[in-house]
Amino acid sequence: MTSRFSLGCMAEHTDPTTSSSDGYAHPERLVSTEWLAGQIEADRVGAPDGIVVLESDEDVLLYDTGHIPGALKLDWHQDLNDAVVRDYADPEQFAAVMTARGVGRDTTVVIYGDKNNWWAAYALWVMSLFGHEDVRLLDGGRAKWVAEGRELTREVPAVDTSARAPYPVVERDDAPIRAFKEDVLAHLGGALVDVRSPGEYSGELLHMPDYPQEGAMRGGHIPGARSVPWARAANDDGTFKSREDLEAIYLTEQGLTPSDATIAYCRIGERSSHTWFVLTHLLGFKDVRNYDGSWTEWGNSVRVPVEQGAPK
Amino acid sequence: MTDTVELPAALREIADDFAELTAPERLQLLLEFSEGLPELPERYAGSLDAMEQVHECQSPIFLAVEVADEPADEPGRRPVHLFFSAPPEAPTTRGFAGILHEGLDGLTVEEVLAVPEVAPYQFSLGEAVSPLRLRGMVGMLNRIKRQVALKSQS
Repeated sequence: MTSRFSLGCMAEHTDPTTSSSDGYAHPERLVSTEWLAGQIEADRVGAPDGIVVLESDEDVLLYDTGHIPGALKLDWHQDLNDAVVRDYADPEQFAAVMTARGVGRDTTVVIYGDKNNWWAAYALWVMSLFGHEDVRLLDGGRAKWVAEGRELTREVPAVDTSARAPYPVVERDDAPIRAFKEDVLAHLGGALVDVRSPGEYSGELLHMPDYPQEGAMRGGHIPGARSVPWARAANDDGTFKSREDLEAIYLTEQGLTPSDATIAYCRIGERSSHTWFVLTHLLGFKDVRNYDGSWTEWGNSVRVPVEQGAPK
Repeated sequence: MTDTVELPAALREIADDFAELTAPERLQLLLEFSEGLPELPERYAGSLDAMEQVHECQSPIFLAVEVADEPADEPGRRPVHLFFSAPPEAPTTRGFAGILHEGLDGLTVEEVLAVPEVAPYQFSLGEAVSPLRLRGMVGMLNRIKRQVALKSQS
């Protein structure tokens, strides 16, 4: 049966999905490649009462070159964004995207992707905006699965959409985990985490290396933001660091506090989804919002405060 | 709509092929271009610093442009050859490179320079891969044209 997201049983949690004793706050949010391979072996992926596996990549064709058996494609541009307004899917679009992939409101969804799970974490966060309760990340993402020599296939699974009730049209509830520019302005002086590269933080770079089309008019960071590049949360194989190591970075070194309201941002909101996941689900922060407007909004906005220079 | 932009014959043919397909089929065709992208010849293999990086693409891609020396008195008629390097983990970028290779390789300097900047939007890929991602192909085309102009001046 599906295990439920629960705040009360952190230490005792013995969910079979976790591969290690890393002691995360919500360990059921992370599954290992071994666990997923076992689910495939047991024919649980795509079964009417089974789990749904989604691949969410930066590269829209990567899924088509070969994917985890039984996985379906979820594209951040086409499926999760509004086609016109800079915003996420509306309730009808989201319900249609989920229904087409055989996802019901109570389905366990496992997401993985390229680039250290940036877009997978982004998709997980968008699903959380719609209150989907049981959505997890594959620790290490696509790269780890490939590195371990596990099976990939080009066969796109057929989805029997009549096997379960259509996904309900539910309101998107942005307020708890999404921050807008006005929210950030009201939050100035509070805890902020800038997850971009050091050069973007200091203001030397107006865009991320290799991503010039997502540039900004002004360089620097939001005043008071701590600089913690997203990759510091990851091991070399793309898996998340242990809770102990994460606490050493975010709590001890950066002085963040799990009970404080915290806002994370990057450039367009995808790398900060990765950090949002770390703070919320691995470290148990109670109130973390992702500012998806991020630097492509802040750095282009008129008369918002900007700070420059290396981290203090 | 695609008829309003003038393209070299090979690019026009590719554009027409894409136009006839449904959106999922277009992705499959793009994947074929990705897989059909020729390997780098010996002289470039292992020497990416001899090539130009396309920074408009979100994945690492390098390109090299060669312009023949003949005919010496008519630089505009010298043939152009293109070489690309992009990793298999970046199939969309490889697909864009594959389209440009098949559509432009072997054309003359004049013909390449005449390719309109909006050419990347003629492959009906906006819906299938999103307009934002297409900017990568625009960047590639601009860099190719700039190098062709530069290398045909002597």
